[in-house]
Amino acid sequence: MTATSLAKQIRDGATTAVAACETALERIKQLEPTLSAFNTVMAEHALDRARALDAAGAQGAAPHRALHGVPIAIKDNLCTAGVPTTASSKILAGFIPPYNATVVARLEQAGAVIIGKTNLDEFAMGSSTENSALGPSKNPWDVTRTPGGSSGGSAVAVAARMVPLALGSDTGGSIRQPAGLCGITGFKPTYGRVSRYGLLAFASSLDQIGPLALTAEDAATCFAVIGGFDPHDSTSSPEPMPDLSHALNGDVKGLRIGVPRAFLGEGVDQPTLDAFESALRVLTARGATLVDIELPHASYGIPVYYLIATAEASSNLARYDGVRYGYRTKLGKDDTLQDMYQRTRDEGFGPEVKRRIMLGTYVLSAGYYDAYYLKAQQVRTLLRQDYDRAFGRVDVVATPTSPTPAFPLGEKTSDPVQMYLNDIFTVSANLTGLPSISVPCGFSPGLVTAERPGREGGRLPIGFQLTGRAFDEATLLRAADAYQRDTTFHTEAPTAR
Amino acid sequence: MSSLSRQDVQRIAELARLELSEGELDLFTRQLGDILTYVEQIRALDTTGVTPTSQGMNRPVDRDDVPAATLTRAQLLDNAPDAAVEAGLFKVPRVIG
Repeated sequence: MTATSLAKQIRDGATTAVAACETALERIKQLEPTLSAFNTVMAEHALDRARALDAAGAQGAAPHRALHGVPIAIKDNLCTAGVPTTASSKILAGFIPPYNATVVARLEQAGAVIIGKTNLDEFAMGSSTENSALGPSKNPWDVTRTPGGSSGGSAVAVAARMVPLALGSDTGGSIRQPAGLCGITGFKPTYGRVSRYGLLAFASSLDQIGPLALTAEDAATCFAVIGGFDPHDSTSSPEPMPDLSHALNGDVKGLRIGVPRAFLGEGVDQPTLDAFESALRVLTARGATLVDIELPHASYGIPVYYLIATAEASSNLARYDGVRYGYRTKLGKDDTLQDMYQRTRDEGFGPEVKRRIMLGTYVLSAGYYDAYYLKAQQVRTLLRQDYDRAFGRVDVVATPTSPTPAFPLGEKTSDPVQMYLNDIFTVSANLTGLPSISVPCGFSPGLVTAERPGREGGRLPIGFQLTGRAFDEATLLRAADAYQRDTTFHTEAPTAR
Repeated sequence: MSSLSRQDVQRIAELARLELSEGELDLFTRQLGDILTYVEQIRALDTTGVTPTSQGMNRPVDRDDVPAATLTRAQLLDNAPDAAVEAGLFKVPRVIG
């Protein structure tokens, strides 16, 4: 059941918050040993909270109690007061935040029940959850494959119907890509729409929090709760939130969908292209029109992204030094402060995080700044101009979410560049700050790889991505919802047991 | 830009306050070299006169400089490894001899 209907049923007295919580906990207990979606399950905390909600009743109707009694999973890089927050890193061992992230506080104000913290690539750096210090999560459609990442745990929790809704963060596709690979809806709002207060920073000019959901409607419900200005985040936007109550009306007549054909060429597998084309046909059948567009700099997205994101990360992760929180190396009597910093960081960070800190440190260092970092920021401008031009002629831009369906665990871990290429269609929205959504649009029969010749993989979900104008989430959500009115891919659940 | 030497990687690790093992130095020399070769492609683009973009939306919001409630010292020290809680201080190895 969707989060929106579950909240309504609880408000109407058809079921209770405790029953919803128990159902979620039971499902987690059953599937967690196979899927490893959670770092922490807050069973007691969640049940106490659900009991309190049932006792108090739904005071005030929707939208103020839009998520009344709904169990929600939170990516483990979002601070939860009194509950360990690890970013799936050893360096945050023992860290218990004394405050809630703004999004967590807003979800609770809307009646949500936080049920646990989900697995991710360490500090959200990765596309598969394989960089988690706690081990990877598994794709519920095929447990030998990755769920994508970095918000892989959140995607698994929703796709496997452990919870109807989860929060993730998206720096280069980390909500949309795992949503696509797990067959659910993932939404990254416009940069600045959702407060980042209490999100452990990775790349501050790119990071944005958003929902992983079963439907576009649920994504809209969640967005309405978590979005809007927050004085605790200076990059949070004062732009008024759109009124979404009438936005999801199924009307896409005259909607102009831009299709960057030249950008879809290489490296995209055939089932993904086929599913993409049929998704376009669903929308045109409802009255939308297709427009060929060009995004000449989109193919530079990955290099630009990895230069900017790692530069920002090297600065943001300087704070993990063993002084104020988290892990500290064992100190000998002659160890210096310098020794403490270096060993704490070497022992506390995993390989991908170190790689990115190193790359970021290098591109910001004297003599290389202009050639790499400044250059990347200039190409970022060119990419924005591509989109500005496109949005003069179209209302949304469509691409596949990922070039292929879920890949086997271990397939790309030894080659960072191959892993990065997986984000080719998602990074643009982060570099430009634009809102973007992924919805399930079909299934691939499962890939046969050299490592698994002839293996009959299960069906694997494919994602369809729409990117919209800045702060025009309403159009994006309307299009995604309209698409889901005519398709059933989002209603299909994996058979993980 | 030429590819990285092992010495370059050692120097970057020092700047980043990472004490890398010999194995890590070898691995990162190769992998960072691969990544830098890959990102080279953007250097072919002509960006003369293009303003750099540093922020997604370029709409910074300043707030009035008014004191507000913050976390307490005790709350903050709660998370510190080996803190001198009574004294209200973080504790690190001796810095001044």
